[in-house]
Amino acid sequence: MGEGRRETGDASALWSPSASLQTIKARAELYGSVRAFFSSRDVLEVDTPVMSAHATVDRHIESFDVPGGGWLQTSPEFAMKRLLCAGAGPIFQIAPVFRREESGRHHNPEFRLLEWYRPGWDHHRLMDEVRALLQALGLAPHHDYPRWTYREAFMQHAGFDPFAEPVARLRERARDGEVPALDLGDREADRDAWLDLWMSHRVGPRLGFDVPAFLLDFPASQAALSRIRPGDPPVAERFELFWQGIELANGFHELGDAGEQRRRFESDQLWRKENGRVVPPYDAHLIAALRAGLPDCAGVALGLDRLLMLQLGLPHMAQALSFDGTRA
Amino acid sequence: MASVSTNEMRSGTKVLVDGEPYSIVENEYRKPGKGQATNTIKIRNLKNGRVLEKTLKSGDSWELADIEEVEMQYLYNDGEFWHFMNPATFEQIQASRTACEDAAKWIKGEETCKILFFNGLPLSVTPPNFALLTITETDPGVRGDTSGGGGKPATLETGAVVRVPLFVQQGEVIKVDTRTGEYLSRAGK
Repeated sequence: MGEGRRETGDASALWSPSASLQTIKARAELYGSVRAFFSSRDVLEVDTPVMSAHATVDRHIESFDVPGGGWLQTSPEFAMKRLLCAGAGPIFQIAPVFRREESGRHHNPEFRLLEWYRPGWDHHRLMDEVRALLQALGLAPHHDYPRWTYREAFMQHAGFDPFAEPVARLRERARDGEVPALDLGDREADRDAWLDLWMSHRVGPRLGFDVPAFLLDFPASQAALSRIRPGDPPVAERFELFWQGIELANGFHELGDAGEQRRRFESDQLWRKENGRVVPPYDAHLIAALRAGLPDCAGVALGLDRLLMLQLGLPHMAQALSFDGTRA
Repeated sequence: MASVSTNEMRSGTKVLVDGEPYSIVENEYRKPGKGQATNTIKIRNLKNGRVLEKTLKSGDSWELADIEEVEMQYLYNDGEFWHFMNPATFEQIQASRTACEDAAKWIKGEETCKILFFNGLPLSVTPPNFALLTITETDPGVRGDTSGGGGKPATLETGAVVRVPLFVQQGEVIKVDTRTGEYLSRAGK
């Protein structure tokens, strides 16, 4: 938290908004532009429950659980996919989402995701639309946004091949001070933990400076809910968007295989159990929906608070929120 | 031993790292959307003031340092130790030269100071933010000069040397900001 918290000796000052009234108006305009964009493209706005009997079992995302209620969503993904399985067609949503223990200059435990799905599209076509949306909002309107593979971005900014570099060497590089030396404890042998460290301290902060940049073809071990494309090595059909070194969006060519999805959920649950984390129930309705049939589709979630922060040149995300976590 | 997790570490939290007491200066959270989160934490050594940066896996913790801050009244200096009294309990303690390094030049007696105890021993002494002290030595200023100029050095009764405007004279009492060591004003009689 640290930086996220305004140091103030006077608790009564916390009644006032963390955003200026100008920023609050800019947010309303942003929502209006987003809705106009999707309306013109015949994408339906939907609204799904914020609280659910199930939760994400993602290894690195912690959900809030509500006594007597259920779990607060960390993204509207599961419910929106169930709508897709029910034949909703292209849909979008501006959703409040909640993530426990996430607080800092670019994080707040509650934030707003713009999430949308395109049946019949793959992730490349969806990246085109992400760019079209951001250009409609005035971001680098006359430029193409470069697409870097995960490997290319590491070769360029870290100087090694993330798929080939031995884990022991990743650890040595950290000890040599190229990224912060970190005691990973029982995750010492976990390649993804080291790559995450490089991503958040070295590679990510160097992406998307002239114009926003896409990062794609992640390691298969970081597929989350995306498809894995066979190859040497196999890669996840997942992308992220970076602007000014900050991650703005994450998208997938969506996994539609119910059996594979269930295996990933169970494997993540096992990992969480072995690592002493809370193990929420995975979304059984989603598995049943996938069995009924998810249309081939791509989907993406974009952080609206970070987008607003960057658009307005605010140094701290709290200033893009009417009331940040310390005032909520 | 009580400990504190990365997400509870705030500016000012006192922690024990490699056996040394530190105060948290800054705590920066980073997380790739779907990956391992880390906290990069700036810490200031409470003994020597050195600032370090450490990165932890989010959720990891440090032991809390047994640090207590008590307001005490300065009594006297016996040449080796500075003696203080807790005005509530009348308990008296003595602080070393190291602990009083920064405070010694601003205190002459009866000031209420903040004393930081580490494992029950005085670690550092913070004087009041403002001190009223008599100038024992300074060159006579030239009459007609204003405070706009560069000023001149003045030695105070406690031995501290501060820059004062030229019009301020020996024997006068001045108000000083002990945090910056800067002259603020003459303390009118």
